[in-house]
Amino acid sequence: MTTGPDPSSQPVQVNRREFVLSVMSVAAASGAVNAAPVPAQPAQAVADVPLTFVVNGQQHSLTIDPRTSTLDLLRERLALTGAKKGCDHGQCGACTVHIDGRRVVACLTPTLQLEGRRVDTIEGLQGAGGSLHPMQQAFIDHDALQCGYCTPGQIMAAIACVREGNADSPERIKEYMSGNLCRCGAYNGIVAAIGQAAGRMGEV
Amino acid sequence: MREFTLIRARSTQDAVQAMASHPDARLMAGGTTLYDLMKLGVERPPAIIDINGVKELGAFDTGGTRELVFGSLARMSDVAADPRLVKDYPALSESLWRAASQQLRNMASLGGNVLQRTRCAYFRGGEPFACNKRVPGSGCAALDGIDRGHALLGTSPHCIATYPGDFAVALVAFDAVLDVLGPSGMRSIPIEALHRLPGERPDLETTLGPGEIITRIRVPVTKLGRGSTYHKIRDRESYAFALSSAAAAVTMKGGKVEQARIALGGVATKPWRARVAEQGLVGRELTIETALAAGFAAFMDARTGRHNAFRIELGARTVADALLIAAKRIST
Repeated sequence: MTTGPDPSSQPVQVNRREFVLSVMSVAAASGAVNAAPVPAQPAQAVADVPLTFVVNGQQHSLTIDPRTSTLDLLRERLALTGAKKGCDHGQCGACTVHIDGRRVVACLTPTLQLEGRRVDTIEGLQGAGGSLHPMQQAFIDHDALQCGYCTPGQIMAAIACVREGNADSPERIKEYMSGNLCRCGAYNGIVAAIGQAAGRMGEV
Repeated sequence: MREFTLIRARSTQDAVQAMASHPDARLMAGGTTLYDLMKLGVERPPAIIDINGVKELGAFDTGGTRELVFGSLARMSDVAADPRLVKDYPALSESLWRAASQQLRNMASLGGNVLQRTRCAYFRGGEPFACNKRVPGSGCAALDGIDRGHALLGTSPHCIATYPGDFAVALVAFDAVLDVLGPSGMRSIPIEALHRLPGERPDLETTLGPGEIITRIRVPVTKLGRGSTYHKIRDRESYAFALSSAAAAVTMKGGKVEQARIALGGVATKPWRARVAEQGLVGRELTIETALAAGFAAFMDARTGRHNAFRIELGARTVADALLIAAKRIST
């Protein structure tokens, strides 16, 4: 485990998402010149809490508004945008990450629960030299995605599903992957991919 | 989301003391219901008491000869996969793994699950919908609304919200008992007495007193466990709330029903024990006909709304199927 600086206190490279967002806000602003001004939200005096936790092997110590979700922490402060915000209410699984080795939905995990815990996200899967995890390769092999938005959540849930021992039949895979929705309907490929990776994960 | 004061409890005593000094605080375990409702603005606690560090509440023991004991902070996924439960109390295991998703079951605690709040869209949706549970005295938008998923049993003119949980339904079938710690010490209450009927005060959902915390759930050891099931009918095959569900358990003697337990989920305002239906089965053979008769007996007092009448027959057939599945498990 390495101890690194808090990325939130450092300049972060503009990634694709931030670029898209900034373009969108320019477009929105230019289309809204005649709209009534939105009153500013009154600043609330929230007591930030100190928090120490590990993400993908790197320790972070920061202070944070305890209302923040783990999903927003990962995406907005740590620039880890792999976990996706689909519903933000625990109904779609797109934000699935592992906490202390167990799969959870990051959107319903308030950061106040992260003290001393270990978070693993899709960004931490990559092996030495950029090699793919067997589950990532299996998703490619089986065309287990179309638009890809749900894929990071699917893959993190799938890896946990195999490790739990819940991937020994297509029926069991379907039951234990039901918390991850795919609106493109790539389910057949997803089930096949997990079946393949279940065998290969055992070999590694 | 309203700002809140964060308090971390290290022991059950800590949590009780914190509640005494912060009367409007809410306990947070997994947070899967509470944090969700806080995001929606339905729950607005000024203080949160995080109990995830209270290790003494997390254990469970299914090896006892008199009772199974579950700490209220045990997680749904861990208990669902317990080998003794899978083998000897399948209804309890199934009521857990047929709820939510594995991600949510890894997070959610047993105590929190028992206290899960309704999924009524008018309760969760906030303004402009009236809801006597959310804002007492404001009315009930569901009465003239989309009531397809709303309750048929235990309703009142003030609320028809369905109790959404599954585990508590199975617990009611097995006469479980809750141990509760509060400012005046420990007491035990039957699970059936935990949830209130909505009546004129739908906002009062349980009989827990101010500052009380569920510490343990105890299930008496019973030979009814082996021949049991939790049968759950949903709009999709998995990861949905019940349109109707039934916890059923039977013992047989000489080809006839010796004892029967039936509890209903997804159709009532609280976990619903169907005693009249149980009694009608005792001493009779268990056939499709007698099972269906028990199913319809369970819904004798049902009151339907505009869009939910189909769930009487669905519910009766759910009970009948559950009884037959349960009996098959002990027919060797």
